[in-house]
Parts: sequence; C-alpha cells; structure tokens
Amino acid sequence: MTTATAPLKTAPATEWRALCSRADLVANSGVVAWLDGEQVALFHLPQTAEGEKVFAIANKDPKSGANVIGRGIIGHLNGDYVIASPLYKQHFRLEDGTCQEYPEQRLKVWPVRLNGDAVEVAIG
Amino acid sequence: MNATVTPIKSETLVIVGNGMVGHHCIEQLIEQGALAQYQIHVFGEERQRAYDRVHLSEYFGGRDAESLALCEADYYTRHGVQAHLGVPVIAIDREAGEVVTTEGRLHYDKLILATGSYPFVPPIPGAEGNSRLVYRTLEDLDGIRAAAASAKRGVVVGGGLLGLEAANALKSLGLEAHVVEFAPRLMPVQLDDEGGAALKARIEALGVGVHLSRATQEIVAGEQYAYRMNFQDGEYLETDLILFSAGIRPQDALARACGLEVAPRGGVVIDSECRTSDPAIFAIGECASWNGNVFGLVAPGYTMARNVAAQLAGQPHAPFMGADMSTKLKLLGVDVGSIGDAHGATAGSKSYRYIDEATASYRRLVVSADGKTVIGAVLVGDNSYYDTLLQYAQNGIKLPAEPAGLILPAGEGAPALGADALPDTATLCSCHNVTKGAVCCQVDAGVTDLGELKAITKAATGCGGCAALVKQVFEHELAARGVSVDKSLCEHFAYTRQELYGIIRVEGIQSFEELLARHGRGHTGCDICKPAVGSILASCWNQPITDPLLIPLQDTNDTFMANMQKNGTYSIVPRIAGGEITPDKLIVLGQIAKKYDLYTKITGGQRIDLFGAQLHELPDIWGELIAAGFETGHAYGKSLRTVKSCVGSTWCRYGVQDSVGMALHLENRYKGLRAPHKIKFAVSGCTRECAEAQSKDVGVIATDKGWNLYVAGNGGMRPRHAELFATDLDDETLVRYIDRFLMFYVHTADRLQRTSVWRESLEGGLDYLKAVIIDDSLGLAAELESQMQHVVDTYECEWANAISDPEKLKRFRTFVNDHRADPDIHFVKEREQRRPARDAELHLIPAALEVN
Ligand code: SRM
Ligand SMILES: Cc1cc2nc3c(=O)[nH]c(=O)nc-3n(C[C@H](O)[C@H](O)[C@H](O)COP(=O)(O)OP(=O)(O)OC[C@H]3O[C@@H](n4cnc5c(N)ncnc54)[C@H](O)[C@@H]3O)c2cc1C
Ligand code: SF4
Ligand code: FES
Repeated sequence: MTTATAPLKTAPATEWRALCSRADLVANSGVVAWLDGEQVALFHLPQTAEGEKVFAIANKDPKSGANVIGRGIIGHLNGDYVIASPLYKQHFRLEDGTCQEYPEQRLKVWPVRLNGDAVEVAIG
Repeated sequence: MNATVTPIKSETLVIVGNGMVGHHCIEQLIEQGALAQYQIHVFGEERQRAYDRVHLSEYFGGRDAESLALCEADYYTRHGVQAHLGVPVIAIDREAGEVVTTEGRLHYDKLILATGSYPFVPPIPGAEGNSRLVYRTLEDLDGIRAAAASAKRGVVVGGGLLGLEAANALKSLGLEAHVVEFAPRLMPVQLDDEGGAALKARIEALGVGVHLSRATQEIVAGEQYAYRMNFQDGEYLETDLILFSAGIRPQDALARACGLEVAPRGGVVIDSECRTSDPAIFAIGECASWNGNVFGLVAPGYTMARNVAAQLAGQPHAPFMGADMSTKLKLLGVDVGSIGDAHGATAGSKSYRYIDEATASYRRLVVSADGKTVIGAVLVGDNSYYDTLLQYAQNGIKLPAEPAGLILPAGEGAPALGADALPDTATLCSCHNVTKGAVCCQVDAGVTDLGELKAITKAATGCGGCAALVKQVFEHELAARGVSVDKSLCEHFAYTRQELYGIIRVEGIQSFEELLARHGRGHTGCDICKPAVGSILASCWNQPITDPLLIPLQDTNDTFMANMQKNGTYSIVPRIAGGEITPDKLIVLGQIAKKYDLYTKITGGQRIDLFGAQLHELPDIWGELIAAGFETGHAYGKSLRTVKSCVGSTWCRYGVQDSVGMALHLENRYKGLRAPHKIKFAVSGCTRECAEAQSKDVGVIATDKGWNLYVAGNGGMRPRHAELFATDLDDETLVRYIDRFLMFYVHTADRLQRTSVWRESLEGGLDYLKAVIIDDSLGLAAELESQMQHVVDTYECEWANAISDPEKLKRFRTFVNDHRADPDIHFVKEREQRRPARDAELHLIPAALEVN
C-alpha cells in the first residue's frame, strides 16, 4: 500500500524490487509487469475509503491458462476488492489471491508499495 | 494421555455406488445427523467423485469434470466419510456381513446399494470398439470424443430421450448425426404417434437423419464410412461410429450374486422403506425396483435417498410410494414434455389434441373419465404449457369449463394457472421435494433473495426443470407480502438498467463515481454494473470509449477495442460497411495480415476478421489500417455491428432498389451507437431476401414503392423472425423510424437484452411499439430523433482517437517494463495459417523457440 515505515531491525530482510513507475499505472485499472520470468498484474486504486491502494497479483488465469488477469475489471464484492478474469469472469480477491467462486483456483500475490515514483514489490 | 475424545461410532454403514443418488444419500445422512452413529464408507467404481449425470452433455459444451462434481473436493473428508473411489465392490458376503473389494474385505452393519444402471447394448454381431459406444459416464464421453475426432458421420441406436440427447452431442462434435429407432416413432415411452411425428419433423429440420422401424441385424466393414449397419429389410446405413442408447438396465449383479430378491424385469426388489429382502440391506436409485417398477430419473432416487437417510438417523420419514415420471426437456433445441398418463391408457379417459403442422407443434391433454381432472399430457414444440398442466395433474385441480384452452396457443385459451391458484401442498420441485408451502415458509422467515431460497430449500438445484416455476411463485409470494421484488442490477445498485438510464439522463450524470455516490451502495462497483453504466454513459453522451473515465468500466474488449480470444490474443475486425470493399483495400488487409502473421477469416457478417494479435501489436496494426482508410468495426462493442447487404438493383436482375447504397447509408449513420446489446441490420434489394433481413434487429427489404421495415429479429441462440413494422417507406421516413426505434430500445431495454427479447417483454406488443414509433403516442419522437442526431454528429473512430494520443497508447503494452511479447503464447500451423496451440500440442514447440 502507500509508503511503508522503515523496516524493523529484527525483521527478515525483504527485498523490494522496483517494477515500473507510478506513471505506468492506469487509474482504477490494471497493467502487467515482467518479473524474472513471472508476470505480475498491477492494479491501482487512487482513491478508496482506506486511501490509495496498489495490488500485485499473478497474471495467469488458472481456468484458461492465458495471461490475462491484468486486463480484468476491478470490483468490490462481498466486502473484498476483486478482479474479474476477462475470459470466464470468475473473481479473485486482490488482497490474498483466493477465488470467490472456485476455492481450488488461487493466484499468487506480492506485497507492493509506492516508493516515491517507483512501484515496488517484495520478492523472496 | 490424549485429551481428544473420538465419538464412538457403534456401527459401520457401507454405500455401494457414488453416483447421484448415493451422493445425495450421504448429504442427507450428514444433514439428518446419522454421522453420530455410523462410520460411513462409500465405494465408487468410477474414479471421479459423484457428478451431475443429468447435465453430462455439457461436458461436450465446455464444462469440465470438476465443475460437474456434486460437492467440493474435501466434502467427504471434512465430514469424516471415507470414500474409496475407483474401487468397485466385487461381492457381498451376507453371512459374514462383509463387502469384498480389490482392496480387501470390510465389515458392514448396514449396506445401501446405489449402483444405478448400465446402458443396454443389444447383442448385434460386429458391435465392438467404435461401433459399440455408450453414453452414461464421463469416461464414455471421453471415448466418444476420441472416436469422433476422425469421424464424419455418427449413428445413435435408440430414439428415446437419451438417444436424442446423444445425437445432439454428436452434432455438437461436428458430426453428421443419424438416429435409428426400432419402434415406429421417436420417444416411444413418453410420446404418442402424433407427438412422435411432430418431434421427427422438427429434428429432421435440424439436419439429423431419423430412421424408424429399423432393426440392426449386423455391423460389417463399410465402403464409404468405417462401418455398415445392415437392417432387417435389406437396407443399410454407413457410419464412422455407432452409439447405443437402447435403454438402461438396473445394475443388480451384486444383489443377484448374493441371493437378494430381484424383480422379473430386473432391479433389486425393495419395499416402501427401501429395504431389500435382507433387512440389513437397502437399495436406492436406478438399481431398485419398487412394485415392479424401476425409476430412470433423479427425483425418485432422491426421494428414496431421503427416506433411507431419515430411517438410519432415527428421524420421521414418509414411505416411498412410487414417483411421478413426468419430464420436460429440450432435445436438440426442441421442447418436449410428457406428463402422467401420456398415452391415455386409463379406462374412459378422453383426450384433447392441438396440432399445428406448419410449425410441427403438437399438444395432447388427457383428462379423467368424469372430465374433471388432468391425468396426462404430451407436448412437442413448446413447453410453456408444462408447469401449468403438471400442477393441474399433480394437485387434482379442477379443470376449467373449456379444458382445451389449456393447450391452445396463448391468448386464445384459458389464462395460465397463476402462482396463487396453486395449493400449498403443490410440489414445485420434485427433485428436492419442495412444496409451495415450503417456499412460503421461507418468505415468511424473511428470505427475499432467490439465490438464498435455492441454497436453503435446494429447490431448482437438481434437474433445473422447475426453475421458472420456483422463481414465479417466489416473486409472487414476495409481492403478496408487500416486499418489492429485488430487481437490483448487482450489490451496488438497487435499480434496473432502464431505471439507471433514466437517472443518468435526467440528472445529467457524467461519471460512474458520481452515479455510485448519488444512487449506489458500497464503493468501486463490479464487473456487472461498471460495463452497464459505461454503456449508458456512452449512449447518452457519446464520449469516446477511450476516455480515462470510461476505461476502468469496460470489459477488456472495449478497453482495448479488439476481441480477446481464448489465449489472451485479440482479433481485429475493421468496418467493411455493407460488405462492399475495393480491391485495393482487400490487398491492404492481406498485406497487413501477412506482415503480422494474423489468421484470416471471412466472418458471418460480411467482413474480415484478423486473429492472433498481441496487445502491443494492436496500435501498429491499426496505424496501418487507418492509413489505408479503414475504421474500427466495433466487433467488440455492445453497439451496431454490421449492415449486411445483397447486391441489389445495381447488378441483380431482380433488384428493385439500391440495397448496397442503403446499407452503406444506414451503417455509416448508426456506427458507434452504444446499446444494451449488439445490433445487426440487413438490407435486401427485393423479396428474395438474400441479405436475410428478417433475422436482424433491423431488417429493410426493397419494394417497388420504397422499403419495408422489419424489426426485432434475431439469429443466435434463440432465433426469432423479425416482424413487419411498416411498409413502402421512402428513404427519409425509413431513417426517421429507425432513429426512433433504436433510441427507444436504448432508453428502455435491460442490460444485455437484444431487441428480440426486449420486444417480447413490451406490454402491448408490436401494436404498442408501432404506436410509440409511428404515431408518437408518448410524445417522445422529437426527443428520440434529436438524441440520435447527437450520436451521429459526434461519431469518431475510436481507434483513430486512440492512436493520436500517446497517453492512451500507453496501455497497449504487454509488459510495462519490458519489450518482449508474452512468451506463453504459442501457435501451430494448420491449413497454412497459424492458430493457438492446444495443451496437448505444447510439447511440439521447441522450448527455446519464441514465437514473435
Ligand atoms: C467472427 C464471428 C464468427 C465468424 O467467424 O463468422 C463471430 C464471433 C463471435 N460471436 Fe457471433 N460472430 C459472428 C457472427 C454472428 C452471427 C451472424 C451475423 O451477424 O449475421 C450471429 C447470429 C445473428 C445474430 O446475432 O442475431 C452471431 C451470434 C452470436 C451470439 C448470439 C447472440 C444472440 O442474441 O443469441 C453471441 C453471444 C452474445 O453476443 O452474447 C455471439 C458472440 C460472438 C463472440 C463475441 C464470442 C465471444 O465472446 O468471444 C465471437 C467473437 C469473435 C471475435 O473475437 O471476433 N455471436 N454471431 C462473426 C462476426 C461477424 C462480424 O463481422 O462482426
Ligand atoms: C445423459 C443423461 C441425461 C440424463 N438426463 C436426466 C434428466 O434430465 N432428468 C432426470 O431426472 N434424469 C436424467 N438422467 C438420469 C439420471 O442421471 C439418473 O437417474 C441418476 O444418475 C441415477 O442415480 P443413481 O445414483 O441411481 O445412478 P448413477 O448416477 O448411475 O450412479 C451409480 C454409480 O454406482 C457405481 N457402481 C455400480 N456398480 C458398482 C459397484 N459394484 N461398486 C462400486 N460402484 C458401483 C457406478 O459406477 C455409478 O457411478 C440422465 C442420465 C444421462 C446419462
Ligand atoms: S464464433 Fe460464434 S458460433 Fe463460433 S464459437 Fe465463437 S461464438 Fe460460437
Ligand atoms: S424439479 Fe428437478 S430441480 Fe426442481
């Protein structure tokens, strides 16, 4: 989410990797970034009740096997921010990647933050 | 010491068969609390856990095994039920009280047989392999799919209910399908002669061959196809595969072998408590025979399952007293219904018949000797009569003075039975035994959502045949209690599309956020309301859909102005108005397709579709298309698609008007108009109607005096002929009427409602529509016309708009931080063009090779 506090000394070192700049994001919609062979869909919600939000979630739709999640529609359903897959319209919770309709489908999510102008995800 | 206490399960219950009924029984045992007493083991011969056999055919329509499963994968373990799948029971040792399987022996205290049936294959010499396929399990369907891959023609032996469904499946696999039936009519069990004849006419019209009174003597090698079926009379039929659907037989082999009583016609004999001749053993579902009858439907099996589960759980239960075998189906798209005594076999019964040879519709109503009640019915061609007739039959409702009215075409006969005329005891859903009273109870308890009602009562979650009736009764009961029926678009808006349209227009609302803040609930919206509102905003104000405010609202197709395909690539359809194109433009299309290696196909809408472009290629391709004078074809939008034309008076010896000219004029006028659903037009140059205008939302046919206008036609899933709306119009009046018609549709239709469905939902029908459009009965005409003129005047090619704006082009990147193409997209060549690789072909692609 928005700029994080300095990491605590005792916390295991998280590596933050800059994927793109804020200007690459599209408000209330998604773009896709390449991360060492993985495809990360980035969604940007400039204004929500809880402030500005960015989510990072795997781009591969488990149902079709196609890399299309980044091109879905963002929604808010049953209390969760979700992304609707553009091909068969199932909904994934942006927070943790679980699917609202099919529990066996699940997407990887990355912690993500805006650091100045950079969009960064935590890897490792 | 271990502190956890495992409840003592004193007895072991073994269930043989994990089909629909066996599974339902487990659900009922869990629900009714039998788990406290029994440790349950279920054995299933099939590897797959219980699945929805009733909807098996959808496996060919794209549903996978997982989505057909009747429960979640961990359902059994979660409840402590031990499932042994892929493990058949080989024998029952009644003396020892054990079942024998390949895994060993297991003791039982109580045993339930739920082994279902198996397809009967008559002993015909030569029936083996692909000439001896059956249609019962997922595995059978895999076998059929494999056999069909190299086949052109397929034959189904057996013209009953399942045989016709199987024929449809063959058709959906792209085969020429034939049905061979031994009896002199189709569906001999459910239909009478006239009903069978009507069904035959309809099915033949769909291109399925029907061969009656044919007994296959032998199957030999064929000359033109793989096999030849020789019939008793010297005739033959050749085919590449043969699928038997000649009836089912109860799977009673285990019971026979262990000496349980078996009925003369097969099936494990049970009493009204579903007990077999051994009191420790029950039988339920299709393997059981009650009173000499076996029941080949889910609903009776579920009733037996409930009965046994309740007994074992020590709960009160009703005895099993047989079941109603009424059925309603859509076979090959044709409605067929059969209720009670369809053949009028009851002594003294009288029949009413309605036959319409023109449309091959047939209805028969069988009434009791005293003429007071309905005891049976047959329907072919239109099942809208079914729910009412079934309620009359099941609840002994007294017939109206003119019983024939019940089967006469709507509007001529007696009014249909309203939801309020049903007694509380009326069964609405026979699969789950839900009565009208039970629905009323839930409404009284505060249920206002249909989904919730279904979840609680399970109504309409079995075969689904009762869905319309359940909905109707539920909404009626809500309304009767003064609860307004929830027609909300989604959880964010308690309005219909039509209401939202009104609000947006009247209040001049310009953005989704503004609408949500003023009239919605929650925040952000969802994939239902966003595109609907996006479309309304576009029809009202005609901003380009590339406007940043609209982008997040739209489906990917609108957002990227191309149609997403199954592998995430896009197709591109430039507008070719009226299907007219110059040789130069054709050459450009060919050059571009070649340059970007796009699969090229002529569409059903008289234009050319280019497939397989990745996101980042779209702007380059469109740059070249626009430079050559092309515009977007809106194939992605809920908007005007094509105006199909025939060549007309310019060339054709019969043409009486310039249909191409008119098609171009109309397509250029309405292109870009956003609507509740897509809109298609056609213009024909004379009554021979080569442009098929009568199947379009707007159809125009030339006359020697001008143009005839047809509206609200549809191809697609539910074809509907367009209706003649006005005749001999001059050019100007024609356009004026179409302006009004389209804008009135945009104002008042529901989300994703084509003009055909919208027109059918209009109270007052075609006359009302004529009054509004032609006579201006609502005083709206001028407004509708000026709104349309606004849309026409502000038209702009969306692609031209996008490629002139670097900010908008930013979104057309496969990766925002890398220039590579999506490495997971693979193509293979077929018939000299590339197409998406199938999963099974991925190994053919060298790992190092990157396409593009
Ligand atoms: C390309 C094409 C098939 C072809 O190769 O010929 C086609 C392709 C699709 N059709 Fe179609 N239809 C095509 C002509 C038709 C026709 C024939 C016609 O227009 O004369 C029909 C029947 C006529 C009608 O619509 O009344 C037709 C009835 C449908 C339907 C059923 C609509 C209905 O009301 O029942 C759908 C589903 C829907 O829209 O919900 C559909 C949906 C689709 C979709 C959008 C399915 C999807 O969601 O992916 C396909 C998009 C492919 C793409 O990416 O380009 N398509 N489709 C045709 C494009 C015509 C064009 O130039 O724009
Ligand atoms: C294509 C198709 C369409 C249908 N459409 C309808 C419809 O529209 N409406 C309707 O009401 N009904 C319909 N039916 C019928 C419906 O599917 C059956 O009535 C229902 O499945 C019967 O349930 P059952 O549990 O008795 O049998 P099944 O579902 O057949 O289950 C029996 C199971 O027991 C297993 N078994 C058998 N022997 C053993 C053994 N020795 N050890 C272990 N396991 C064993 C079998 O492998 C099978 O999995 C349709 C059927 C088909 C095939
Ligand atoms: S092109 Fe049309 S008919 Fe063909 S698969 Fe797609 S939607 Fe179905
Ligand atoms: S009657 Fe089968 S689901 Fe209701």
